[in-house]
Amino acid sequence: MTKRTGMEIAFAAAEAAALCRIDVIAAYPITPNTHIPEHLSDIVADGRLDAEFICVESEHSALSACCGASATGARVFTATSSQGLLFMGEVMPIVSAMRLPVVMALGNRALSGPINIWNDHSDIMSQRDMGWISIFASNGQEVVDMVIQSFKIAEHRDVMLPLNINLDGFQLTHVVEPMLFPDQEEVDRFLPEYKPYATLHPDHAVSMGTLGLPEIFTEVMKAKDEALINSKRVILEVWKEWEEQFGRKYEPIDAYRAEGAKVLLLTMGSMDETAEAAIDELHKNKISVGLLKLKLWRPFPVEELRRAVKDAKVLAVMDRAVSFGGASGPVGAEVRSALYDEPDRPLILNEIIGLGGRDMTVGDFVQIAEKAVRAEREKPREGYEIYGVRGS
Amino acid sequence: MSIMENFDLYAPRLVDKEEYFSAGHRACQGCGEALAIRLMCKALGKDTVIINATGCMEVVSAMYPTTAWKLPWIHVAFPNAASVGSGVEAGLKVLRRKGRIADRDIKTVSIGGDGGTVDIGLQALSGAMERGHDLLYVCFDNEAYMNTGIQRSGATPFGASTTTEPAGLDSSGKKAWKKNVPEIIVAHNVPYVATACHSYPLDFMNKVKKARKIKGPSYIHCLSVCPTGWRLSPELSIKAGRLAVETGVFPLYEVVDGKYKITVEMPEKLRPVEDYIKIQGRFRHLSADEIKIIQEKVVQEYNKLLDKVNNLHSWPDLKG
Repeated sequence: MTKRTGMEIAFAAAEAAALCRIDVIAAYPITPNTHIPEHLSDIVADGRLDAEFICVESEHSALSACCGASATGARVFTATSSQGLLFMGEVMPIVSAMRLPVVMALGNRALSGPINIWNDHSDIMSQRDMGWISIFASNGQEVVDMVIQSFKIAEHRDVMLPLNINLDGFQLTHVVEPMLFPDQEEVDRFLPEYKPYATLHPDHAVSMGTLGLPEIFTEVMKAKDEALINSKRVILEVWKEWEEQFGRKYEPIDAYRAEGAKVLLLTMGSMDETAEAAIDELHKNKISVGLLKLKLWRPFPVEELRRAVKDAKVLAVMDRAVSFGGASGPVGAEVRSALYDEPDRPLILNEIIGLGGRDMTVGDFVQIAEKAVRAEREKPREGYEIYGVRGS
Repeated sequence: MSIMENFDLYAPRLVDKEEYFSAGHRACQGCGEALAIRLMCKALGKDTVIINATGCMEVVSAMYPTTAWKLPWIHVAFPNAASVGSGVEAGLKVLRRKGRIADRDIKTVSIGGDGGTVDIGLQALSGAMERGHDLLYVCFDNEAYMNTGIQRSGATPFGASTTTEPAGLDSSGKKAWKKNVPEIIVAHNVPYVATACHSYPLDFMNKVKKARKIKGPSYIHCLSVCPTGWRLSPELSIKAGRLAVETGVFPLYEVVDGKYKITVEMPEKLRPVEDYIKIQGRFRHLSADEIKIIQEKVVQEYNKLLDKVNNLHSWPDLKG
């Protein structure tokens, strides 16, 4: 293991992808992910990585090119944000239906209207049901580790699904952090060469992407759902292997000071570490609140969530996106749905926070935690709140 | 008679007997596009990967669990045959370079209808041509969105009645002229651009063979008669294609490094467009005056083409 290196996290994501000996990169510029493909193109230009970098003319073409390249048996990587992900939207469910293990780094950014380049999770939430594995990183080290883990998960013969790694725009993409980088031999030991199931080659001609009539379509959807649900076993295996080789542990829900806590917060992405600081502050004042950091968004870790909240009375779920006109934010709705059948489920608060780059401080999380503590007594109606709206 | 023309006489015997686009697909009777694809595959041969845009050919040829394709084939979506093709080409190239697949020349060929090419797929096509992938793109132009039910596209000719720009009491069908996509591709400095039609099979196959040999991007725009959408009897498909050429409506030419050449023998005097128009139901509403407008435009466009044939030089000849 080498020493810690300070680097911008977007660059680190590119370095990690290069360590995976990716064959084809297709990406289109959009803030705030752009430094990832920019740095990868530097790595290719310097001859440190033998890969084809396709400077496509749109995100639609980026994911389309990834799809084509992956279908030949190449290891493929892309990155995007926000509107770019929406523009990829048409191809998103096709990549998963074709079971192509494309890996994407997603520098999360608010969807336009008004245009805004800063962070929230409305981009990935809009693409929630596309059949991709979706994981969230809290910090730079997790980005590096998850990029390398991702290819092993996505390419596993029992998975064969595309995967996106979510890293918050600016809060993560543009932050310089000290990170540990495995060396090439270590990555080669962890990540074997991609052995595709079927490829586009005249020696074994196959037809990919054929038309599915009503007689078969439901079965294909069932197969895709099962593939995604079953991928959790492989994700856990790969994370175990990672821990054994590199010593860093990954879990679908990473609990922080949650043991025995009656009140829990649930966060994702760069919120995690700010919320940790808030939890520490609350503990100093003898207020026992725990934190659940959700790393695995799809497949959703239903069982792990049920176990994690079994002793809690109140669970405050943070959402970084609005489900306009819905019953909760997207994460809030998911959590409520997963816990609805539990006989002793906690009261669930849903706070929609940090939209379009609105800063979330330690103080904000303390305030939300205190509200959750009060909720244990006050038993408010369960709904959702858009936190910190000015003038309301 | 030149050697090349002489070669054409014997070409039928040299055509590959193998069927890479097999019988049993679900195309309509008299489908020009299915015929053109069958011919194209024969000219391309085994070492080919086909990327198919959404459209008639994808639907009729690859209904799960059946396939008419004996070549490796992929369909992803409507607008992206060129960008999926870019990825396939890049993938094959890097895997060959790294020794993970056999060291063999495999041609990447993207195909789409006119909607998937001149409208929704134009951006992806332009990007792929500009980047210079070793990619042949073939547009099978049946002049409307036939798969979804004869809606108007940028390739629909002036005056044609479609389901979204129909002839009516106050309308004579399409009001705009057909978009000239081969010219757009020439403007990308693509080394080989050609027009073709299934009614001239050897001309088309020779063009496919030439394009296959290009190390870089190439483009063929193949007029494909659609009896269903053009409202004509299926047995008239081949005749309609020949009339499109002989009237000058769709001249067959190729552009090699910027040098234009008419590739089939044209009549001394173009046949009147009426000969082409009158056999098709999509034009049945046109008045004599409207046909006259079309006639004038066809002659003008044909003369513009001849002007290029006679006056433009090959790009290498223009080096400073």
